[in-house]
Amino acid sequence: MTDLFSKFDPLIEQRDTLLNTGVTDPFNLVMEKVESPTVAICNGRRTILLGTYNYMGMTFDPDVVAAGKKALDEFGSGTTGSRVLNGTYAGHKACEDALKDFYAMDHAMVFSTGYQANLGIISTIAGKDDYIILDIDSHASIYDGCALGNAQIVPFRHNDIDALEKRLKRVPEGAGKLVILEGVYSMLGDIAPLKEMVAVSKANGAMVLVDEAHSMGFIGEHGRGVAEAQGIIDDVDFIIGTFSKSVGTVGGFCVSNHPKFEILRLVCRPYVFTASLPPSVVATAATSIRKLMDSADKRAHLWENSKRLHAGLRQLGFTLGTDEPQSAIIAVIMPDLEKGAAMWEALLHEGLYVNLARPPATPAGMTLLRCSLCALHSEEQVGEILGMFAAAGRATGCIS
Amino acid sequence: MSDRNQTLAKVVQTIEPFNKKGIDVTEGTRFAQDLEWDSLTVLDFVANIEDEFDVLISMNMQAEIETVGQLVDALEKLKA
Repeated sequence: MTDLFSKFDPLIEQRDTLLNTGVTDPFNLVMEKVESPTVAICNGRRTILLGTYNYMGMTFDPDVVAAGKKALDEFGSGTTGSRVLNGTYAGHKACEDALKDFYAMDHAMVFSTGYQANLGIISTIAGKDDYIILDIDSHASIYDGCALGNAQIVPFRHNDIDALEKRLKRVPEGAGKLVILEGVYSMLGDIAPLKEMVAVSKANGAMVLVDEAHSMGFIGEHGRGVAEAQGIIDDVDFIIGTFSKSVGTVGGFCVSNHPKFEILRLVCRPYVFTASLPPSVVATAATSIRKLMDSADKRAHLWENSKRLHAGLRQLGFTLGTDEPQSAIIAVIMPDLEKGAAMWEALLHEGLYVNLARPPATPAGMTLLRCSLCALHSEEQVGEILGMFAAAGRATGCIS
Repeated sequence: MSDRNQTLAKVVQTIEPFNKKGIDVTEGTRFAQDLEWDSLTVLDFVANIEDEFDVLISMNMQAEIETVGQLVDALEKLKA
């Protein structure tokens, strides 16, 4: 018998080698208690959270929590059914209404996760003989959406406008074209030149889908994302987003002004063949989304945090993923996985949690310590964080 | 030179900057096993081939191409 697990042997070996050095497993952390959006207890130690996607700090918002409890009492713990059968409650509709208001768009469709939103929309709208042109650094859910469908998949070099244009022009006459971009790329925290890319896509007759998972609530005047900030949101055909970042719960969505959008509810398999979100989740999401509309002060404070952390880390001598802070993600580039894991552990001992990211999630084989800031990180906390980076960096020899 | 030989010559030329091991490239050379390219190298190489021949080589097509000869065949088909 061939052991089907043999293909994982190289990874098992790499993992064993890393753990044999005595380092704490970076992919097995348990948070014993969560005190707030920015603080948890890990291994009995009070830890500042700098590796969550809780950008706007909505997870403990009293209105959000109250809405969830109320829905749990009034509608029960789950729907036990698909959105197209018994799984659409008043709360799911209210959540979609909140999204339509938030984005000022005609249609909104809520999925059970952001991953499923990409899986469903991409695999359904791009059919056989259509072409999907996508940024090479696209998220796994985008690639998996491509793999689930039958379209021709053509990647282009990250954020390269010319490379996109050349490929658009080479698509055979008459074939359908879908360009897939992200507002913020989550590994390095860099943003896309959406203004130019959307213009090039439209000029070549393509529809455009933008994943704004990491920008919602924070970037753009109304928190609608990078497309809003760059003034071209009206030219984007589909925006994909998630509730598991700024919104502070779980779920995914697509908003659009396409006149035929509603038909997707009947033909999109990852929407139809799965259970809908629990009533408490859509209630917390709807409440959070409406509160995010009026969060200009929090957005401003988050920008301050991002700028300060970026400048501070740079001053300490760390190499960062972007020259300027472009989002709430600051990626610290580590020389290799072992150094990265050592630094990650040293930070945890200092009382700071960041994400250790490594290939295949990262571009160009990089190992990253990914820091994502929260609007509720106080000025003092950002100061503490910089102190911890200085101490851990010196202890591990990452900085001098 | 026939069209196919010209295509082969251009492909071999495009491989050279990525031929870190300096192996002899023939039609039977395999990209993954013989040239030992990782996915990032493949991306760079495919982008160069696409620009050189002004064609699109989708990921769907790439999945079917293992050797230099197969790439030449695919390019001949795309040009036709």
